[in-house]
Amino acid sequence: MKTGDIVSGAALAGLGVFIIVEARGWEYLGPDGPGPGFFPLWYGIALLVLSLLLIGWSVRRGAAPESGARVNWRDVGRALTAWAAFTACIALLKVLGFLLSFGLMTLFMVAVMYRRPLKVALPVAAGTALGFYLVFPLALNVSLPVGVLGF
Amino acid sequence: MCWDSEAVEVISGLLHGFAVALTPVNLFWCFAGCFLGTVVGVLPGLGPPATIAMLLPLTFQMNPTSAVIMLAGIYYGAKYGGSTTSILLNVPGESSSVVTCLDGYQMAKRGRAGPALGIAAIASFIAGTVGVVGLMLVAPPLAKFALSFSSPEYFALMCLGLAMVVLLAGESMTKALLAMLVGLWVAGMGTDLFTSTSRFTFGNAEMLDGIDFVVVAIGVFALGEVLGNMEIRQGAQLLPVPKGLRDLLPTWQDLKDCRFAFLNGSVIGFLIGVLPGAGSTIASFISYGIEKAVSKHPEKFGTGVVEGVAAPEGANNSETGGAMVPLLTLGIPGSGTTAILLAAFILWGLRPGPLMIQDNPTLFWGLVASMYIGNVMLLVLNLPLVPLFAQILRLPAYVLYPAIFGISIVGVYSTSSSLFDVWMLGAFGLIGYAMRKLDYPSAPLILGFVLGDSMERALRQSLMMSQGDLSILVSRPISATMLFLAVLILVAPSFKKANAWRVRAIS
Repeated sequence: MKTGDIVSGAALAGLGVFIIVEARGWEYLGPDGPGPGFFPLWYGIALLVLSLLLIGWSVRRGAAPESGARVNWRDVGRALTAWAAFTACIALLKVLGFLLSFGLMTLFMVAVMYRRPLKVALPVAAGTALGFYLVFPLALNVSLPVGVLGF
Repeated sequence: MCWDSEAVEVISGLLHGFAVALTPVNLFWCFAGCFLGTVVGVLPGLGPPATIAMLLPLTFQMNPTSAVIMLAGIYYGAKYGGSTTSILLNVPGESSSVVTCLDGYQMAKRGRAGPALGIAAIASFIAGTVGVVGLMLVAPPLAKFALSFSSPEYFALMCLGLAMVVLLAGESMTKALLAMLVGLWVAGMGTDLFTSTSRFTFGNAEMLDGIDFVVVAIGVFALGEVLGNMEIRQGAQLLPVPKGLRDLLPTWQDLKDCRFAFLNGSVIGFLIGVLPGAGSTIASFISYGIEKAVSKHPEKFGTGVVEGVAAPEGANNSETGGAMVPLLTLGIPGSGTTAILLAAFILWGLRPGPLMIQDNPTLFWGLVASMYIGNVMLLVLNLPLVPLFAQILRLPAYVLYPAIFGISIVGVYSTSSSLFDVWMLGAFGLIGYAMRKLDYPSAPLILGFVLGDSMERALRQSLMMSQGDLSILVSRPISATMLFLAVLILVAPSFKKANAWRVRAIS
């Protein structure tokens, strides 16, 4: 049994139900032809049926040993930590602006995730943030999110 | 007589295209595209779709012709860049370069990294040029044929294209179909074009315009890939790049040995490229298989034979020309990369399809000519600059990956100036990573997303034409044939033999 298939299948089945419920609230067929509910209703049904099939097949294979490599949660944890750092950077964009938020994210990734000493992490974080400033706003005239400090 | 006039049309179109592509501005953008594409493509784990998605925002302020020329250069460059890591490090930059590792890395280990890179560049040049010749000859008649298409035919064609992509996207067709359906759902978010009803907006005004494709493409391809790469703490040591890159020219004997490989890669790559869904990975594996099958010394394949590099690299590059045929003449992308290109065209107000050659000859022929020029540029650029590109591999992961996160934020923010879009980027990055972990292919999601609107429009217009009668889709011969083929493709894997072939083709 592949737990991942069952969990993802259940999530997609839920999405299918949501799409069907929403689509039923819109016009299906009007005097001018199909309404806004027509297409979503059909792909919602397809999504629900296919995800239930995926769950069914996974459960039927229940006794068989799990195919593929086992999930290494330590590796997944690293990826999710990186993602969390990225979303924290996004959350800080409005307050600190791009350069500071991005610099802090880089500092975290280099020092904590890649375990580089601060004497390496700080110059890398400052250097890449400076590089972004030189390339985007200065050379290419691309605007970056600005924080309360004005940069 | 008819052939004569068509030949004259093609030649005059091509001459016009060269006049467009050879202007200093367009030459510069073609060069910049090839260079940037190679630089990003060299980085392991970032294939052409991620490269194009990340670099796409750079083209938003350019005129459409220059932008398309630059994107084509990025596409070529990214493909070429992938082979460098395969040969030097046994790390394929993308799935289509996996097969190049087999003999390319063995050549590098024996001190022939230079000739391996040289033959990859020459094979890419020859096959890439043949691919463009194919595009130039096949696209105009196909576009003329497609002029007879109406909404039912377009709907059927999109179903056929999606079915092909789903067939070959991954081991599980169910997961590929689910990914495609999620793509259709994401495409449906926003305001309905026919009735102005808001759909799946969750009461959020910023969702009324739908989700920008740059957000989805960068999130799923670039961030998803980088998050996957970040699972391993690999940044502590520098990657070992072999020495001996000064002598890049293959010997006369190498070139002689590769005669058939150049032809094989060119033809197979183009033909596979025209088919939606198959893509350069399958093209490279098939051409390698053919090369091995016809070789006088098949037992030597995998030990570092030069034909084992030339055939897949040629196919990988010739596929680009083939993939442009359905994109430019029918408006149907056959892969994740061409789906991003289609979305870019739409963003610039262009509509690839049968009328594109007629309505936008400057753009079409300019693109074709720039592909010729791009091939030459890559050859000239890559041979002397390979040692420089190899140095990029020395960039530690702890510098590279945060920089890619930063470029992704800038790319999305620069297109809409919306922090909401940047949040959505984070969400799609997580979805892209989860899809990788759970073995859901990402190409069907992107294709479903890019084609979703057009597919719904074509279906609803068809039903308006028939006053709600679904039989319009099967009562017209072309649409009936295409829908029959699409159903056949989706049903075929339920037969053991057909599924075994499919799984072999993928794995």
